[in-house]
Amino acid sequence: MSRAAMREDKSHLLDDKDRALINAYQGGFPLSERPYADVGEKLGLSEEEVIARIGKMLDEKILTRFGPLYNAERLGGGLTLAAMKIPEAEFDSVVDQVNEFPEVAHNYAREHELNMWFVLATETPEGIEETCKRIEEKTGYPVYNMPKEKEFFVELKFEA
Amino acid sequence: MDEIDRKIVLATQGGLPLVAEPYKAVAEDVGISPAEVTERMERMLEDGSIRRIGLVPNHYALGYAFNGMTVWNVEDSHVGDLGPKVGALDCVTHCYLRPRHLPEWPYNFFAMVHGKDRETAEEGISQITQVLGDHNKGHLVLFSSRILKKTGMRLGSSG
Repeated sequence: MSRAAMREDKSHLLDDKDRALINAYQGGFPLSERPYADVGEKLGLSEEEVIARIGKMLDEKILTRFGPLYNAERLGGGLTLAAMKIPEAEFDSVVDQVNEFPEVAHNYAREHELNMWFVLATETPEGIEETCKRIEEKTGYPVYNMPKEKEFFVELKFEA
Repeated sequence: MDEIDRKIVLATQGGLPLVAEPYKAVAEDVGISPAEVTERMERMLEDGSIRRIGLVPNHYALGYAFNGMTVWNVEDSHVGDLGPKVGALDCVTHCYLRPRHLPEWPYNFFAMVHGKDRETAEEGISQITQVLGDHNKGHLVLFSSRILKKTGMRLGSSG
């Protein structure tokens, strides 16, 4: 998938049932024997239709994921936000270098001197420092590590 | 997290199987009963190891074209009180206290603002400005110009 495709507004591809699924189940997907059937019953869809719609929205990249979202820190791992200042001419090649690290979970270009912002998730807390160092060695540019010291609020508010 | 939890994480971090009995499929993968899978996942939800289970939309695809990371230089003595008030605003999905990198990066408070149009995003930013009042010593809005990668957390399959 091209990088531009991820930014496209695809909301015209959604019908009311897709919207209902997105709006009702950004969390709280049931831990039951037949969860798709249970979700379908609430929304007036068959089990097969729920499965097909979720699969289709994943294929169309309307959903980036479906399933449990794990908290790396609670699992004993490390998590941080980091930024880099990369000259425009080298930006694309450094993106490729940085994205090659499996520890890079998300990466965004932003309009600032610090123009690359990424989330690192590692299996151990120490993995964060190590990964920052390895990225610095690989790219030749410093990594500004900005681990969260406190989280005030994380809520799901996206409406389809 | 014990070895079985870890296997559950590995089996589901890429997504839940799109089959009628997804937890049964995971159970077969892990080598335990479906009931044990759901019990363990229930516990991981309760203790926060799983943030949530569900659909994760690509917000651009839903028409959220304006996604700004707003960063604020908030007085340390007030950020603890003001943080939750900013987080409670409708337009804010995440907000965090992070270390400054002085002198070039004086911002210690990050709030993600999302809007389907620029006006909504800007309205959100002005609401944050009001909440922070005099305790805000400067801020920036960094709109994301591109998503470069979005895979989510991945545990390695070794170790």
